[in-house]
Amino acid sequence: MPEPKKIKVLALCELCHGRKAVMKRPKNLQKLCKECFYKVFETEIHNTITDAQLFQKGDKVAIGASGGKDSTVLASVLKLLNERYEYGLELVLLSIDEGIKGYRDDSLATVKRNQVQYQMPLEIISYKDLYNWSMDEIVSCAGIRSSCTYCGVLRRQALDRGAAKLGINHVVTGHNADDIAETVLMNILRGDTARLEKSTAILTQSSGSPIKRSKPFKYSYQKEIVLYAHYKKLDYFSTECTYAPEAFRGTARELLKSLESIRPSCIMDIIYSGELLVLAPKKKKTTRSYKNNKKISTGETEVNADGSVSLKRNEFKDGNTCEKCGYLSSNKICKACVLLAGLEMNRAKVSIEGNAAVDGAAKLGKTLEQLSF
Amino acid sequence: MGIRVKIEFLGGLDVISSGVREHKAVVPLEEGEATMKDLVEYVTHNIISDPKDIPVFIEDDTVRPGILVLINDTDWELEGQEEYVLESGDVFTFTSTLHGG
Repeated sequence: MPEPKKIKVLALCELCHGRKAVMKRPKNLQKLCKECFYKVFETEIHNTITDAQLFQKGDKVAIGASGGKDSTVLASVLKLLNERYEYGLELVLLSIDEGIKGYRDDSLATVKRNQVQYQMPLEIISYKDLYNWSMDEIVSCAGIRSSCTYCGVLRRQALDRGAAKLGINHVVTGHNADDIAETVLMNILRGDTARLEKSTAILTQSSGSPIKRSKPFKYSYQKEIVLYAHYKKLDYFSTECTYAPEAFRGTARELLKSLESIRPSCIMDIIYSGELLVLAPKKKKTTRSYKNNKKISTGETEVNADGSVSLKRNEFKDGNTCEKCGYLSSNKICKACVLLAGLEMNRAKVSIEGNAAVDGAAKLGKTLEQLSF
Repeated sequence: MGIRVKIEFLGGLDVISSGVREHKAVVPLEEGEATMKDLVEYVTHNIISDPKDIPVFIEDDTVRPGILVLINDTDWELEGQEEYVLESGDVFTFTSTLHGG
């Protein structure tokens, strides 16, 4: 049959027409060789950064580094672009040690190697030091189901504090197009229209926080990030968190992956749809004031699943601090302190029940469970 | 006879093969006849250590979406995916893209 031969003829890179194509871009089905793929991947990120004017010359920027593929590629690409296009940035790696045995301890070892490979300073902030609770302790107390909620709120503040400690007001994270599409999808499926609007923003700033967050990989596909890391032989860590990921997110992710296999552009399309879905302002106000009538008057703020806080422009007063920990907060008590206070009450209960298997509890549980992604 | 190949599990996917990332294998089929579909079948029955991990690798009779497949470091989408005809010395890389970043 002549068909397999045809494939070989078509196997050249569609950009340089010289080298053999090694990958097919999910975004536009273009077949590219390694060199052209690097160039296109990096240039798209550069364009994302310049279009959104994420950085100013001389900015000090912290890269939220977990040692995983996304943040490792982010550190590598930002270092490269910073040199290639003379951004004039001072880049620092900022890692959070949640205290998850069998997971974070190993991934932090990767970050420490990255520190040497990319010659960037590294700051590690640990939950245990900051809150006197490690995630292992929190899960043994509050259960595995709410682990992502706690971890998200605490991480957000930990990143802020880490950045503040370094005198930095901008943290970049490795959230990619797949992550954002996933969040848009989740918010649609939950009818969470308030969050839907914010979920595609490339640059966000929480109320009560002087720290900006941005996502230079907003338009980068997971597949391309993994391929980039693979071809460039980047040193990254890839073990899933020992605590079960949020079940709903996991299902949304699988749905998205199935959709992508039929229509690869759907990730981009979902982000595009998310960007253009804007709530009618009046409707939003009536719903909110109806639902949160009393809360608003006391200045209570809703905390998102990812730990961010929804901005309510009218009521946010800059410079408020948490009465408990003294950290910037739009409420009397910051969300982290509220969660921690709840935990303290439970800690007593747990130790009475004599049930405080703490270190690596999740690892053990996970081993016993059926393995799944 | 059989076809001598190398099979790699990366990006955390080694969980399905008892933590072993690299496997040297001889696929017990005739070279020139065996395809990628046979290889996937071979992996499912000979390399995945625990049958309950099969759904981590296979969905609807093919490699699960979210697992990146490379044949000799080239995206399998460029190599005819399951129709690719195996050759001795081939390297097959399965990388999970689903793990946290």
